[in-house]
Order: sequence, then structure tokens, then C-alpha cells
Amino acid sequence: MILLVDLCIEKDSLSKYEFVHPIADTLERSGFSVEIWHYSELARLMPEKFDKIILCGTALKDNYYAEHINSFFWIKCCSTPVLGICAGMQVIGSVFGGRIVSQQAIGLEAIEIIRASALLGEPRTIEGYHLHNFGVTLPDDFLLLAGCDEHAEAFKHKILPIYGIIFHPEVRNSWILEHFANL
Amino acid sequence: MKLGVLFSGGKDSVFATYRAMQKNQVACLITLISQNPDSYMFHTPNIQRTSLQAEAIGLPLLSWPTLGEKEKELEDLAAAIADARDEYGIQGVVSGAIESVYQAVRTQRICKALDLWCFNPLWQINQVDYLRLLLSEGFQVIITGVFAYPFDASWLGQELTLECICRLEELWKRYKVSPSGEGGELETMVLDGPIFQKRLEILRSSRSYCNFSGRLFIEEMRLVDK
Repeated sequence: MILLVDLCIEKDSLSKYEFVHPIADTLERSGFSVEIWHYSELARLMPEKFDKIILCGTALKDNYYAEHINSFFWIKCCSTPVLGICAGMQVIGSVFGGRIVSQQAIGLEAIEIIRASALLGEPRTIEGYHLHNFGVTLPDDFLLLAGCDEHAEAFKHKILPIYGIIFHPEVRNSWILEHFANL
Repeated sequence: MKLGVLFSGGKDSVFATYRAMQKNQVACLITLISQNPDSYMFHTPNIQRTSLQAEAIGLPLLSWPTLGEKEKELEDLAAAIADARDEYGIQGVVSGAIESVYQAVRTQRICKALDLWCFNPLWQINQVDYLRLLLSEGFQVIITGVFAYPFDASWLGQELTLECICRLEELWKRYKVSPSGEGGELETMVLDGPIFQKRLEILRSSRSYCNFSGRLFIEEMRLVDK
């Protein structure tokens, strides 16, 4: 069972159709079961009971999750694989000591994968859909997988199975979600 | 949150309106009346009929003219949205984009420039499931334009039914024609649905069709009590 964490401004918002449902749909069509919870409800859950955890993205104008980073400190001691997408990557970076910084991208852009990983495969250039006003600096315990130090496109914790990608894999790169689900 | 919906009267913008009304307050519908029948951004067949649809739904309609020239029409869209913000106090915009990155990116950029929220509640939805959802939720949809092989003239005016969806699914498998017309293969019009206080009835229409491209022109229609 994969836990999808909805990071949108409120539970069952209009944005859920755009940032959570496409991920759930992709995974379910690949044969995985998913459960969706809003981040405000996580205190009632034990995220570790799930096989995988995905922190989903939010609308361009929705940065409320950044005011509630303390809701996500459980990630620091989580042994379950975690993938943060866009806002989710910012949350992971912030939890591990990175800084959320102004960084705007809207639309399809080239992404240079610079380090081989189980999530993104071998180094090469792919095209990905971006929709963000903010990015996050690379925390000390993380390796850059794609992009550059000034604009981290993807990272991974040096030891733990914790990944972040700033672009939206549900658009044209659903294979990344399948790779993560199969980790 | 008060929202304005980019509204063409086709199934996607009507269903986006439906979803937006379930979660927020839709303050107005926004229609770009394009003079270019091949517009990249805006639905054109029967676009003038959106005023009757808006009346049937019970929402105000902001109509905005555009010559429909590529990229210039985006300035017109931005002007229309800015007008909706000033007139109706909208804080966000809703679109019925499903897969078109071209449309979604341009709408997102306009909303960012105007400091508005942007919502795409049909984004990446499975197209065949979505067509079935339209029926199960009670929408009456007809096909008003076909623009690709192998659609013949018999599709014009046809109502979306389960049988029709099965045929579209077959065409998708065989010819890679997008079942919901995301590639511009189909245009539709919604005549009734759960958010319609009255339904629309077509009284008179005509067709033009040539080389796998055709349109149903609705010449006269009226509102009917439900």
C-alpha cells in the first residue's frame, strides 16, 4: 500500500484533482494500491505502516505547507521509501536542513540527470513539466541526482531511501512513479 | 474562494465548472469569442451559444472578443481574466485542460502575472473513464465538430452515449485518436447536466463536412424547464 500525502491548502480542495488524483491513477493502473491522506491528518496515522510514501505537489500559489514543516519531521526517522514531488521535495529538503528559496519554473524544461539512481536511471537529459515558485537548497546529507547546485531538480538522501524531484512526473514521466513504487 | 471558469460550453469546461462549484464559489464564466476557427487556445464552434448555457446554469458570463491570432490571443485572455477579477472579484481561474501542456502553461503564466490561483480539475484524467463519468453524473453532451480521420459526417450532432464511448475507445486503440478530443479531433456542446437549472433544446441546425472535417452549426435553440 502506497500512502499519498496531499499537501494542498486544505483537505479535499479543488487542487486535489490536479496534484493528487493523477498520481493515484497512474499507480493504480500499474497495479499498486494507494491511500490518500491530507498532511493535516498525519498525526492520526503511522506513515511507517505503508510500503512507500509520496508527498504530492500543490498549486503554484499554494505554499501553505511551508508554514507547517513541523508536521513532517517524522520523515527524519522514517525507514519507508519517501518521494517528494515539487512541494513535497521542498518539505523534505526543509526537514533535513535545506532552505526553501525563490525559484520559478512553469512548463516543459530539459532536466539533466547527473548521477545514476534507482529512481531516475542512468545520466541523460529528459524533459519534465515544472510548476513551482520555490525550490530548495541541497541539504548536507543529500546527493544531487539532477540539475545543479543552484537549481536542484532531483536529490536523494545519502543513506535513507528518501528522494525529491521538483518537476511533476505525472505529466509525461509517469515511469518515475512506477520506478519508485517498484523500489 | 471566488472563481472564474474559462468556459467554451464544451464538455471539459462544463465539467470543470461542475467540479469547481462542488468545492468553491464560481462567480462567473469567461468566454473568449475567437474569430479564428483554428484557434490554438479557444473552442470556436457555436461559441456564441455560451450565453444561453450560462443562463441555463444560472451564472453570469463575461464574453471577450479576440481575433484568435497565436500568442496575441493570450493577451486577450489575460485582459478578459483581469476584467473578471475587477468585475466579479475572482481570486482564481479554472480551466478544463486535460493534457494540453500548451494551454495549461499559458493559463498558469497569466494567473501568476495577475496574482490569481489556477485550477485544472480535469488535469491528466483518464479520458475514457472521464467520458463515462460525464454520463454517470448526468451530463447530456453532443458532438458539434469533428476534425480528424476517420470521423465521418454521421458523428455530427451525435449524443455521447456508452455505445459512442466504446466506438471512441476503439478509434483510440486503432488510430490513436484522443477519445475526449484533446488533440482537437472533436468539439462538443453540453445541453444539460446536474448544474443546469434548465436544459437546452436545439430547434434548428445545419452541417458542413468535407475531408474528415465538419461542424454542426446550431442556428436556433431555447431553454426548456426541467
